Amino acid sequence: MARSLKKGPFIDPRLEKRILDMNKAREKKVLKTWSRRSMISPDFVGHTLAVHNGKKFLPVYITENMVGHKLGEFAPTRTFKGHTARKAEKTVTRTGPRK
Amino acid sequence: MARIAGVDIPRDKRIEIALTYVYGIGRPLSQRILADCKIDLNKRTHQLTDAELVAIRNRVADVKVEGPLRSEIQMNIKRLMDIGCYRGLRHRKGLPVRGQNTKNNARTRKGKRKGQLVQHKKVEKK
Repeated sequence: MARSLKKGPFIDPRLEKRILDMNKAREKKVLKTWSRRSMISPDFVGHTLAVHNGKKFLPVYITENMVGHKLGEFAPTRTFKGHTARKAEKTVTRTGPRK
Repeated sequence: MARIAGVDIPRDKRIEIALTYVYGIGRPLSQRILADCKIDLNKRTHQLTDAELVAIRNRVADVKVEGPLRSEIQMNIKRLMDIGCYRGLRHRKGLPVRGQNTKNNARTRKGKRKGQLVQHKKVEKK
């Protein structure tokens, strides 16, 4: 279910403050953050944030299109390298007639 | 022949239903359009007068349907894929986007079953 509009977007206050401070100081540093739940506000555009995926921090460069999404959407938490290749043996026994 | 928003030519059906043959018009929108044009829902397409057809066409011109609607949807999906967000990744892989399980089912997105499974299922049926 979508978040109530009445409340406005959620941005971690700590993270927002650090971004706004950087904007004021005209700095661009990579910020490490665990706050995957924070919405990306227009203030974030142009910064690079290192978003935690549970294991390490993935650098995410924020563009205009990303405004309104959450940080976590850009740092996948799961690794899937594909299924193991099926053994040729199994195929032979399976396709043969059943006794 | 009635032609509305390009190529759609439904004929013997009730106009309420016939309008839904246009991509982007469903039952609710169809009913709203006909109410705005003050046309009886139960009238058949071929019973409509030319004036009524024109009224419908003008009203349909106000909504995004067919080609433009399709391209808008494609643009939205492309945006998701370009920014590399989770939903975009799911679109790229052709997997369900809205958190459904993929252990079983999810065939609408994944397409027909492929690989060994299909083969040995047939064998087991005997």
